[in-house]
Amino acid sequence: MAAQNTSLWSKHAIFEKNSIILVLGVLIVISFGGLVQIAPLFYLKSTIEKVEGMRPYTPLELAGRDIYVREGCYTCHSQMIRALKDEVERYGHYSLASESMYDRPFQWGSKRNGPDLARVGGKYSDDWQRAHLAAPRSVVPGSIMPNYAFLFNAELKVDRIAENMKVLQIEGVPYTDEQIANAAADARGQSNADDAGNSAFAKRWPTAVTRTVGATGKLTEADALVAYLQMLGTLVDFKVYDAKANLR
Amino acid sequence: MSSTQTHAPEIDAVTGTATTGHSWDGIAELNTPLPKWWLWIFYATIVWSFGYFVVYPSWPLATSHTTGVFGWTSRGEVASDIEDLKKLRSGNNAKLAAMPLADVTKDPQMLDFAKAQGKAAFGDNCAPCHGAGGGGAVGFPSLVDDDWLWGGKIDQIEQTIKFGVRSAHAETRAGAMTAFGTGSSPILKKDQIEQVADYVLTLSKQQADAKSAEAGKAVYAENCAVCHGDEGKGNQELGAPNLTDGIWLYGKDKAAIVYGVVNGRGGVMPNFAGRIDDATIKSLAVYVHQLGGGVK
Repeated sequence: MAAQNTSLWSKHAIFEKNSIILVLGVLIVISFGGLVQIAPLFYLKSTIEKVEGMRPYTPLELAGRDIYVREGCYTCHSQMIRALKDEVERYGHYSLASESMYDRPFQWGSKRNGPDLARVGGKYSDDWQRAHLAAPRSVVPGSIMPNYAFLFNAELKVDRIAENMKVLQIEGVPYTDEQIANAAADARGQSNADDAGNSAFAKRWPTAVTRTVGATGKLTEADALVAYLQMLGTLVDFKVYDAKANLR
Repeated sequence: MSSTQTHAPEIDAVTGTATTGHSWDGIAELNTPLPKWWLWIFYATIVWSFGYFVVYPSWPLATSHTTGVFGWTSRGEVASDIEDLKKLRSGNNAKLAAMPLADVTKDPQMLDFAKAQGKAAFGDNCAPCHGAGGGGAVGFPSLVDDDWLWGGKIDQIEQTIKFGVRSAHAETRAGAMTAFGTGSSPILKKDQIEQVADYVLTLSKQQADAKSAEAGKAVYAENCAVCHGDEGKGNQELGAPNLTDGIWLYGKDKAAIVYGVVNGRGGVMPNFAGRIDDATIKSLAVYVHQLGGGVK
């Protein structure tokens, strides 16, 4: 097949036979894909949506989010309501990109062994979230979720939250230095309306909701996780959200 | 193994196909070209993509992106899907929204519609707490019996679903069991709490220390009767449970009763007004009312 030597395909043999050229070729192809798909998202006005209500996570919610990540909740629960009729019917308004703007990293997930949690906040009571975390089958007999009763015995390490917030601040999350300095006090303040730090917390976090910790009064990892779950998807004010202006 | 590739490819005598020039122990690797049918399908997908660029949003430009000739958007599609769905349900839903609930129960066709819609909504919104069949769980009331905390008439059920119990809504049903045994100066002493718990046990004809229960009667009259009633029949205006019917939300044993007296109780039900529409809430009220315990 002498003809192969002159066809375009024979040129491809250059890539196949020289690993450095192959690597360079792969890089060029991938970076073209990145340039077309990713880079425009940073400057295109038509892909950046403005919404009312988004705020960074409070210290308690942030600690809860870390536990959510640590326990691998994302392996069975997504946080992404897709723009499909059936999803909107079941879970509520489809997720907006801006709702993940303070997520480092986002928890969209790709698997739903359990339901989507993007708007689970406020759907059930704090009590239910606690009962369900400790023993899912005590309230949902058919559930296959593991028990997370140990979270109720693990005291929340509130002193570590400020460090987390500092790192997020470097990454661009607009935490104020005052919020970071008072992270531990605000975590306790949000946990209970009777806590001494509650009013100072409410002043620093005017739109956050104070939760009710269990009767023990000890701040546990479960309390932080419940605080996180109960605010999921509740921030954006869809009464003022202009769906028509954000069609895409 | 030969590694020099400068000469013309060798042709394998048996198949007539070029080899890659690699050979191991005399076995040469064939450089079989991709099948023509596969290649043509590959080319066809590239051609197809040009049609896609024209019809759908695709390429980023300087300030915006190409929108496609029909202006299709995924968010627009879901909006029109939901609109279609609403239209499909609008006849019955509009009728349901305008109809007093008492009339719905008398109209067989509307009743069927509301029950079917209510069942679907129940599965997603109510079943996690109240159970798939409405049987409830510890701390989450059963909806299939005729023991109601806030009333079992269809309008009362509707109000509870709409505004919730101790929820964030302004019109929520509110009322709290006082914590009688917490804080630095608790309202009741430890022995008083033991006594009143024994008395409460006797209300539902359970075994209890007779002497202690007798002493608890006075404690009850002074502290509990104002909400739970002199005879312990409860008060649905305040969500105070009936203590005489042997139906217990948090357990029937003395330990559960003592815990409740010491720490107070107050389960929360979220408000569903704002989360689901009025016609669906009405359907839920109808569905829950006919689960077994609805009061006429």
